[in-house]
Amino acid sequence: MADMLKRVPVREQEAKVRATNFEEVCYGYNMEEAQEEASRCLNCKNAKCIEGCPVSINIPGFISKIKEGDIEGAYQVIGESSALPAICGRVCPQESQCECKCIRGIKGEPVSIGKLERFVADYALEHDIKPKKAEKSNGHKVAVIGSGPSGLTCAGDLAKLGYEVIVFEALHELGGVLVYGIPEFRLPKEKVVKKEIEKVKELGVKFETNVVIGKSTTIDQLIEEEKFEAVFIGSGAGLPMFMGIPGETANGVFSANEYLTRSNLMKAFDDSYDTPIAAGHKVAVVGGGNVAMDAARTALRLGAEVHIVYRRSEAELPARVEEVHHAKEEGVIFDLLTNPKEILVDENGWVKGMKVVKMELGEPDASGRRRPVEIPGSEYEIELDTVIMSLGTSPNPLIASTTEGLKTNKRKCIVAEEENGQTSKACVFAGGDAVTGAATVILAMGAGKAGAKGIHELLK
Amino acid sequence: MYKIVKAEKLADMIYLMDVEAPRVARHCEPGQFVIVKLDEKGERIPLTICDYDREAGTITIVFQTVGASTMKMAELKAGDSFRDFTGPLGCPSEFVHEDIESLKKKRILFVAGGVGAAPVYPQVKWLKERGVDVDVIVGSKTKDMLILEDEMREVAGNYYPCTDDGSYGHSGMVTTKIEKLVEEGHQYDLCVAIGPMIMMKFTCLLTKKLNIPTIVSMNPIMVDGTGMCGACRLHVGDEIKFACVDGPEFDGHLVNFDEAMKRQQMYKTAEGRAILKLKEGDTHHGGCGHCGGDE
Repeated sequence: MADMLKRVPVREQEAKVRATNFEEVCYGYNMEEAQEEASRCLNCKNAKCIEGCPVSINIPGFISKIKEGDIEGAYQVIGESSALPAICGRVCPQESQCECKCIRGIKGEPVSIGKLERFVADYALEHDIKPKKAEKSNGHKVAVIGSGPSGLTCAGDLAKLGYEVIVFEALHELGGVLVYGIPEFRLPKEKVVKKEIEKVKELGVKFETNVVIGKSTTIDQLIEEEKFEAVFIGSGAGLPMFMGIPGETANGVFSANEYLTRSNLMKAFDDSYDTPIAAGHKVAVVGGGNVAMDAARTALRLGAEVHIVYRRSEAELPARVEEVHHAKEEGVIFDLLTNPKEILVDENGWVKGMKVVKMELGEPDASGRRRPVEIPGSEYEIELDTVIMSLGTSPNPLIASTTEGLKTNKRKCIVAEEENGQTSKACVFAGGDAVTGAATVILAMGAGKAGAKGIHELLK
Repeated sequence: MYKIVKAEKLADMIYLMDVEAPRVARHCEPGQFVIVKLDEKGERIPLTICDYDREAGTITIVFQTVGASTMKMAELKAGDSFRDFTGPLGCPSEFVHEDIESLKKKRILFVAGGVGAAPVYPQVKWLKERGVDVDVIVGSKTKDMLILEDEMREVAGNYYPCTDDGSYGHSGMVTTKIEKLVEEGHQYDLCVAIGPMIMMKFTCLLTKKLNIPTIVSMNPIMVDGTGMCGACRLHVGDEIKFACVDGPEFDGHLVNFDEAMKRQQMYKTAEGRAILKLKEGDTHHGGCGHCGGDE
C-alpha cells in the first residue's frame, strides 16, 4: 500500500543528462502511476481545489474518471473548462493555485493535480480524442487578436458556441509565449503545443498568421471593412524592459525575449535552422522570474556557465519553486542580493564583464516586499561574454495607439472589466497580459473565457 | 504562403521580386518594411518595401545577397513562394503625414547608396505623385551595380548617378556629389539618406557641417520586427530606440553609427559559417568553429 500522505513521484530526465539537451525534463505519469495518485483524492463535496483553479475545472470530477480508468471521460470533464490542459498541466504554478487548497496538503503532500491533468491531456493527444464541437454555426463573426493562451481559449469557447472565429497572429507560428517564450524542455512544441492548437482548429477556429494588428490592418478596419461583430484582444505583454545602465547596447547583451525567441521560435539551438544565436561561454541572466530561469537553463544547454543575478534573496525569487529547483540541479549558479551597475565593453563593442554591487534587504516597500538597498563600497567586477536582461515585459502600445477610443492605464495595459472583458469601446473585449501585464498562462486562459462569455452575452 | 509573381536579377547580387501579400499592399506607406521567411527552417529577414500595387495586392522587394539566406532567396523564381511575409512594419516616413503644400515649398535631397536605391524609390515616387519634385543622388560601386535607373529618372526632379570608379555619372562617393551640388548653389531644407551604415554615417557628418537636417533609415539586426525583443535597439541621442517600431527612420545627426555598426557585426562568424555550410554542402566540416580558425 502506498503512503497516502505522499504523492506518487513523477519520473524525470536525470539532471546531468538533461542539462545538455532540449528534451522535456519531466516524463509525466503512466496509467498505473496516474491511477495510484488519483486514488489519493478524497473527492471532497466542497472541493477547495476548484476554487484555486482560475478556470474552475471540476477537479474531483476528472480525477474520479481516472480512478475508473475512463481517461476519455476525464478529458471531456476538463474540456468543459479548459481548452489547453496539456499546456496548463505543465506550466501552471499549481503550488499557489489548485494544489495549495487541497485538503491532503494539510497533513501531507497535496494531490498532484497538475500532473494528473497533464496525464489526461497527453493521453487525449496520443489517442486523438477530439473535443466536442458546436452542432451548427450561429452566424456571428468574431475576431481574436493574438494566438496566445487567452486568444486560444476565447476562440475555442466561442467556436463551441457556434461562432465563426478568426484568430490573427503577428508571428509566423501560433501559440504566443507558448512557442516563443517557454522552452522546449518545459513545453515541447511539436508534441504538445502544435497538437493542442490542432484541437482548437478542430472546433472550427480559423487562423491567419503574419498579421500585425495596428500595421497590417486595424481593429476599426476589422469591424468596419471586414464586418466582425466583436473583437477580443489577447495581444499579451511582449515589450521587453532594459535597465538603462551603461553598456546595455553592447554586443552580447540580449533581452530574454530575444534570446528565447531565437532559441524557441527560431530553433537557433538546432543547427539545421538558419537563425544564429550567440550562445556565450559565461552568461549572466539578470532577474529572478520564470523567464529568467528559462533563459538561464537555455544558455546552460547551449554550453555556457550560467549565473542568475538577482537583487533580492532566494525567498523573494518570483519564479516557480520547481523551476528554481530544476535550474539548481542542472548547475545554474545563483548570485543573490547582487545588482548590475554597468556592463563592461571591450574595444570591439562586445561584453567583457559586468560591474555589480552587493545588496541587503531594507524595510518593506509599498508592495510588501523588503526593498533591496545597495551596500556602499561593495562593488566588484565579474568576467562575462553574455548578459541576458530578464526584467519583465509590458504590453506593446501598438494596438491601443491605433484603436480609436480604447482606454489604457498608466502601465499601458488595456482597461477591461474582469468578469466579461469589456473595454471602453463597444464590441471590443480584452484579456490576459494585455490587460493585467505579465502574469500566468492560466490567468490568461481565465480572461479568455471571461471574454468569450462577454461576447456571447452581447451577440446571442 | 506568399506567391512570387515576378523575379528579376537587377545587377550582380541584386534581385527584385513582386510578391503577393494583399494585406501588406493595402496598408503600406513609403518608409515601411516587411519581414520575410523563406521556408520552415529559414530565419526572419527585414527588407524595405520598394514598391506596391494596391490593386494587384503585390509588394516589390529588392535585396542583395549578403549571406546564406539571401543566397537561397536569390534562387527563387516566379511561381515559388515565401512561407511567411509580414508587414507593413515600422513607421511610415514623416512626410506622409505632412501638408502637401508645405512639402512643395521644401527643397529635399534624397541620397541612396547601393541597394538603398530600393527604399528611396517609393518615397520619391510618392512625392512625385503629389507634385513634389526632389533631387536624387544614387551612388554605386560601378555602372553595373546601379539599379532602378529608369524608374528613378522618371520620378526624380533632378537625378544624379555617381559611381565610385567613375564608370558612369559623377565620379566619386555620394558625399562628394552633395558637396558639389551645394557649392554650385543648391540649397536644401532636408536630406534623406538610405544605404549602408557607413555611407549614412559619412553623409550625416557632411550634412551636419552643411547644416542640412538629415533623415536616415536604419538597418540593424532584427528578429521579430514588432517590438518584442530589442535586437534592433540603437542610441538616438541619449535615448534607446527600437528601429522596428520607433523607426526605421531617425534623425541622422542623433544616431550613434559607430555603435550601430558594431552591433551589425554581431553574427559575423555565424553568418560566415552559414555561407560555408551552404556552399560546401555535404563536404561541410562544421565551419571554422571546429578547426579554430576564427575563434
